[in-house]
Amino acid sequence: MVIKTEGLTKKYAKLTALDSLDLHIKEGEIFGLLGPNGAGKTTLISMLCTILKPTSGKAWVNGFDIVKEPAKVRKSIGIVFQQPSVDDLLTGRENLAMHNLLFGVPRAIRKQRIDEVLSLVNLEKRADDLVNTYSGGMRRRLELARGIMHHPRILFLDEPTLGLDPQTREHIWEYIVELARKESMTVMLTTHYMEEAEQLCDRIAIIDYGKIVVMDSPQTLKNQIIGDVVKLKQMIPDIEPIRQLDYVKNMQEKEGLLYLSIKDASKHLQDLLTHTGPIDFVEVRSGTLNDVFLHYTGREIREAEAEGGFWERVMKK
Amino acid sequence: MSLLNELEGMYAVWLREAKIYVREKERLISSGVSPLLWIFGFGTGIGANLKYIEGYPYQVFIYPGIVVMAVLFTSLFYGIYIIWDRKLDFLKEVLVAPVSRTSVFAGKVLGGATDAMVQVIFLLIIGLLINIPLKPLIIIEAFLMLLLISVAMVSIGLVIGANLQSPEGFGLVINFVMWPMFFFSNALFTLQNIPAWLTTLIYFNPLTYGVDAVRGIILGINHFPFYIDISVMLVFSVIMMVLGVLSFRRM
Ligand SMILES: Nc1ncnc2c1ncn2[C@@H]1O[C@H](COP(=O)(O)OP(=O)(O)OP(=O)(O)O)[C@@H](O)[C@H]1O
Ligand SMILES: [Mg+2]
Repeated sequence: MVIKTEGLTKKYAKLTALDSLDLHIKEGEIFGLLGPNGAGKTTLISMLCTILKPTSGKAWVNGFDIVKEPAKVRKSIGIVFQQPSVDDLLTGRENLAMHNLLFGVPRAIRKQRIDEVLSLVNLEKRADDLVNTYSGGMRRRLELARGIMHHPRILFLDEPTLGLDPQTREHIWEYIVELARKESMTVMLTTHYMEEAEQLCDRIAIIDYGKIVVMDSPQTLKNQIIGDVVKLKQMIPDIEPIRQLDYVKNMQEKEGLLYLSIKDASKHLQDLLTHTGPIDFVEVRSGTLNDVFLHYTGREIREAEAEGGFWERVMKK
Repeated sequence: MSLLNELEGMYAVWLREAKIYVREKERLISSGVSPLLWIFGFGTGIGANLKYIEGYPYQVFIYPGIVVMAVLFTSLFYGIYIIWDRKLDFLKEVLVAPVSRTSVFAGKVLGGATDAMVQVIFLLIIGLLINIPLKPLIIIEAFLMLLLISVAMVSIGLVIGANLQSPEGFGLVINFVMWPMFFFSNALFTLQNIPAWLTTLIYFNPLTYGVDAVRGIILGINHFPFYIDISVMLVFSVIMMVLGVLSFRRM
């Protein structure tokens, strides 16, 4: 186990940000943490990378105790923080050079690594400009470049692609996945982009109010929990018989519309419609991770809100 | 944790500070102006009435005290940058790095001392222009002594900065450290004909020994033997550095 937690807990004065979390992550795994704003994702990552002390519980990263052996933990990890942390008053290249020194990258490969990550995030041309002349997305790219430059054993990414254009996102994920496969680097990431999590992660955990609600591979979660989603409007709203059907996993009524998740729409739709009676309208699609997320957390994720937060923080300076 | 890694980490922290210092012209200019005001404004004005102290014109007499003052102010105020670093999250990158807090602290101390010593060089040049008796050996000795004072004062600033959350709070606290240290020292006057209570305060102020040493080196006027001056400053520096490392560990 590259990352292991046992009853990991963080309490603030009024609230419990992380509530007795148990987690096992294997080497080379790409693990996604999903959860609404304030769920405790950043709190978990901060503790694992030793900048926040747990209130109780234990955790090991790369086999090292995060409280007793923080120095060894730090040697094993790379991190991209949710909040921007590149140095404004240095150039992009200087930020990377400083990181090389701080993270003990061997002298012989320093220059090569810098060039490699600069071209990855497409910042070669701006590398010698001060960071305070960068756009928000460019800063984010620099930050990502910095986090992976020293090829850590374990990479923590806290909403790494927030504010990035789709091209850059694609580019960066390719690189990270390749690094994960080639050097069996372990990745723990948080994101509010469900497609991203679905595509990349071997496993995801949905957390809410500091607790893991569910944890499995995206595929399994989709198949087991959601299957296909049927949205329909009945002429005669009598929904009880439908709830009894064995292929109906879940049912919700909202504003006169019925939302069903059913096992296999191609097989059961015909039968379903015989039970609903005449209908006004029907729509069928396969379930997504978004449906899983909403199923467990019961409210729309506030992606726009999170993004606003990021820009606000970038612009504050 | 190899020694080379630690040294490189320290160097990285220092280099960042040095680069920023050079880039922020306001910092350089503002720290040069106030000592000039003291030497020319205060020194000339009071000097016109006072004439001579210990055989030197007042302006010359207070020169070492003013240089120490410049070091004191710049070094102490340097601690405020750690608060900004933390507020703007730049510090996180350094805090998660596999470099001990001792090295990070040492890098910061050197960064602050660099600021102060650039100012010292500037003031030494002014000193030569206004006929302070500065010979090469004197310059070297004074420089080293001032460096020691700077290290102690930067450490105090960083201890305060590391334990506070807001720049405003820092400004408040540092004023309660800086002004008493300056006024309850021998920077502007000798220790003769002074009321006993003030003498006691001055004897308890570590800066007194720094000023005495620098004045001894430059003008040959000593109140305490030199070995006492330097021992007090050394012990004081070490205590402050230990407190600094402890504060950085808690960050
Ligand atoms: N320093 C702090 N003092 C008090 N409460 C805090 C502090 N830091 C975080 N919290 C609280 O802990 C909870 C978890 O916060 P955390 O930052 O881990 O959420 P998150 O899952 O990362 O959310 P987001 O998606 O918005 O980044 C929140 O309710 C937050 O208000
Ligand atoms: Mg977060």
